[in-house]
Amino acid sequence: MLSGRFRARNENSRKVFLVTFLPPTIWLILFLLAPVLIIVVYSFSQKVGLINIEVNWVMDNYWRAADPLYLKIFAKSFYIAGITTFLCFIISFPVALAITKVRQNWKLIILVLLMLPFWINLLIRTYALIAVLRTRGFLNSGFEWIAVHLGLRFEPVQFLYNDTAIIIGLVYIHLPFMILPIYAGLEGFDETLKQAAKDLGSSSMQVYRHIVFPVIRPSVFAGCMLVFIPALGSYLTPELLGGTDGQLIANVIERQFKHANDWPFGAALSMVLIYLTCGVITVWLLVAKRKKS
Amino acid sequence: MTTFKKKRFSRRGFLAGTGMLAAGISLPSGLLKASGSSTLNFYNWDTYIGETTLSDFKSSTGIDVKMDLFSDNDELFGKLRAGNPGYDLIVPSSDFVERMIIADMLSPLDNNAIPNRVNVEPTFLNVGFDPGRRYSLPYMWGTMGIGYRKSKVDGTPDSWKWLLDSSKYRGKIALLSEAGDVLGAAFKYMGHPLNTTDPKIITQAEQLLIKQKPNIKVFAPDNGQDLLLSGEVDLAMEWNGDILQVMEEDPDISYVVPKEGSVVWEDALAIPNGAPNPQNAHKFINFLLGAEAGAAIAEFIQYATPNVAAKKLMPEGYKNNPAIFPSDTTLESCESSIYKGEEAVRLYDEAWTRVLAA
Repeated sequence: MLSGRFRARNENSRKVFLVTFLPPTIWLILFLLAPVLIIVVYSFSQKVGLINIEVNWVMDNYWRAADPLYLKIFAKSFYIAGITTFLCFIISFPVALAITKVRQNWKLIILVLLMLPFWINLLIRTYALIAVLRTRGFLNSGFEWIAVHLGLRFEPVQFLYNDTAIIIGLVYIHLPFMILPIYAGLEGFDETLKQAAKDLGSSSMQVYRHIVFPVIRPSVFAGCMLVFIPALGSYLTPELLGGTDGQLIANVIERQFKHANDWPFGAALSMVLIYLTCGVITVWLLVAKRKKS
Repeated sequence: MTTFKKKRFSRRGFLAGTGMLAAGISLPSGLLKASGSSTLNFYNWDTYIGETTLSDFKSSTGIDVKMDLFSDNDELFGKLRAGNPGYDLIVPSSDFVERMIIADMLSPLDNNAIPNRVNVEPTFLNVGFDPGRRYSLPYMWGTMGIGYRKSKVDGTPDSWKWLLDSSKYRGKIALLSEAGDVLGAAFKYMGHPLNTTDPKIITQAEQLLIKQKPNIKVFAPDNGQDLLLSGEVDLAMEWNGDILQVMEEDPDISYVVPKEGSVVWEDALAIPNGAPNPQNAHKFINFLLGAEAGAAIAEFIQYATPNVAAKKLMPEGYKNNPAIFPSDTTLESCESSIYKGEEAVRLYDEAWTRVLAA
């Protein structure tokens, strides 16, 4: 009797398991794992003529990617993505904190406003940013208006077409990905812990350093990943906002798949980017772990 | 706000194209596959056909044309390289016609089915990228040159010098962002042929561009006309059609083909291998090369037509516009881009990567 019922339940949970986990698993294998594997295979292949790719397990593409020319571009991409992540964090923390402090109905409105830009295509948002930042853009017009009213001479500021413009664009696009996880972390924070720390004589600064920040660290980490990885692979923003030396690694990869027509080399560069990203995250995690212990 | 306006004359609409890397590689686009003998799948550039061309064709032949759009040659090539997803007629540009012939992606045309071939200007019947015109026929053509703001530039900047070898307009210059286009201009400036594959000359061009970089504001991915219109730059290397579009909006903008010569491009009609309805494609090519249809298209998109019969029907303002039809002496110095081989493609790309990284 008992074992029969147990078996039935076991059978049931297996069905539940299959129904809930099988579709996403198949999806991931089909649309994530398989394409990445194809890229892996391409990266060890060679181009034959115009459209054929011969899989012959050579390392040539990787040696070519190790050229200082490409390594420098990798380094620059990591640098830009790192600064973007840092700035996003600096801006997001106070914003997220402020959202937790406002009244419930305001919270909802602010969160909707934060997510609203997602409804607009990235390309259009980037063009809008160009309209704000360009020489005769809204920002310069605003400055000019102020300068004229103060009786000062005005020279338009060159916001666009340099690395700063790329970083401004990337921060603007990725800010919500940092604010939302940090907000979620802070929202679940047990206020009594703060109270206790204060009762025991901690200053506000100390409360944040020793109580709040350690608790929300996982949220911050999630936010950093959500910003760092896409920023590393961004190609539209550097293409449209960057200057004459604005190319990041994603732009080089794009060219290999399009104009340079060298898929194996593009695949190798993509794989190097994936390896490096994994490496950086591992180091990051290890450092964080050591700090904790 | 010009960016959001419908680009009536823009052939190479950048807006539509940027997201295409991912989609262009292998997704067979929610195709279409209009089947049956009375349909035609046409793969064309954006805003690159007359307003009523497709319906006129339908009323004269009963054939339904289903048109898909691409935004650059790489996208077209990318979509067809793994096999034709069902297109009957495509519009690749000069060197890509040759690329596709070499890659065995095009079917030869049956000239007997295209009596209107006689309307094609004879100079277009013998071109380097398709000798003897076995696989393609010309649709529209144009040049690459310099778009400039008259009030900010001394006289006519009719030399590549002002873009490639001078600090006179420092910070007010936009160049195109594709290796072949920019290096090609540098070759012409240095007195070499457009389709140079000599590594030494490629390196010289690379050095010229690196030296000029501080004076260049941006390598514009085909939005040089917007930068010119908004006053961001005063000189832009661009395609004539794109500059024509902003010349309509701002009379202070003009266009010139540099005296050292430049690229003359052509978009050609071709039938990809595996086309489901090749007979209909031939009928449509013949229709497009007809006098009235050709004139209606030229009237609407304002590109230079290689169709003599159509050109005869056009107003003087079109025929005498130097931005559309450059003088014969200018044209003599221009060359069309041919396929340079994979080795040269790689040399170009590496040189370009170094220019951008410098």
